[in-house]
Amino acid sequence: MATATLKPAVAVAPVPVPLKAVAPWAVFGALLFVVVLYFVGAEQGATALVSGHEVHEFVHDGRHLLGFPCH
Amino acid sequence: MMMGRLLSRGMLAGVFAALLAFVFARVFGEPQVNLAIAYEAAQAALANEPPEPELISRGVQAGWGLLTATVLYGAAYGGVFAIVFSCVYGRFSRLCARPLALWLAVICCVVAVVVPGLKYPPNPPAVGDPETIGVRTAAYFIMLGLSFCSAMIGVVIARHFAPRLGYWNANVLGVLLYGVLIAGLSALLPDVSEVPADFPAQVLWHFRESALGMQLVLWAALGLVYGALAERVLEPARA
Ligand SMILES: [Zn+2]
Repeated sequence: MATATLKPAVAVAPVPVPLKAVAPWAVFGALLFVVVLYFVGAEQGATALVSGHEVHEFVHDGRHLLGFPCH
Repeated sequence: MMMGRLLSRGMLAGVFAALLAFVFARVFGEPQVNLAIAYEAAQAALANEPPEPELISRGVQAGWGLLTATVLYGAAYGGVFAIVFSCVYGRFSRLCARPLALWLAVICCVVAVVVPGLKYPPNPPAVGDPETIGVRTAAYFIMLGLSFCSAMIGVVIARHFAPRLGYWNANVLGVLLYGVLIAGLSALLPDVSEVPADFPAQVLWHFRESALGMQLVLWAALGLVYGALAERVLEPARA
């Protein structure tokens, strides 16, 4: 009686995303990750692709607060 | 195209989480950065060094600069988070999108922030010798990479032993393995000890608290928001 009022459990097992579909986006995401982490965390510090100090100074507070090594 | 949608939502959630983290950093972190810079200026004045020219004003650094750095960081980690999520969902885990996203955010925060931070904690300006920036940067990124690799090894081993030991025991084994690996590997990396003897301990402590707080805000928001967005893509019946 009481069980009749219970909603049927939604028993859908999560369907995995095919790895073939993930792979190209994973390459794109990983590349973007490396480039961004480099510019936020290291550019014009230990190494420099762009001359000067503008990039370093602009992201300076973020670099310190996000935990990257700085001066 | 489902993966493209999952990735773009990850980056979107990352940007949103970064905006919250920026507000936190602005309120709690910036006062400590300013105190550290005041200490640095006082030291320079004592040594009769001319003040360094300001290429970018402090206001821009603490405003648009901090915002840009945080948003880029959030988008980058949001993208990687979406990829990790897409590999784990339904494959290594039976959890639905929302609880899985929150769990993964906790794990990613520990692997990408907390553990590397135990070895190389965030430092305010004036802490750190400019001469050693090369070694410190290399050591920091190696530590980050070792933490990622150790975590992946932990996952692979847990997966391998799951049929024999059961999920619980295999997962405990994976976490233990990660801890032992990263403790051993990080012991091989050089220690950095460059806090000036008279640097105010209170400022250092508050700075590190706010740096950790900023990351907790970022990862908590990323996990919660991404879970809700991924649910709409993967489990439309539930959303
Ligand atoms: Zn600095």
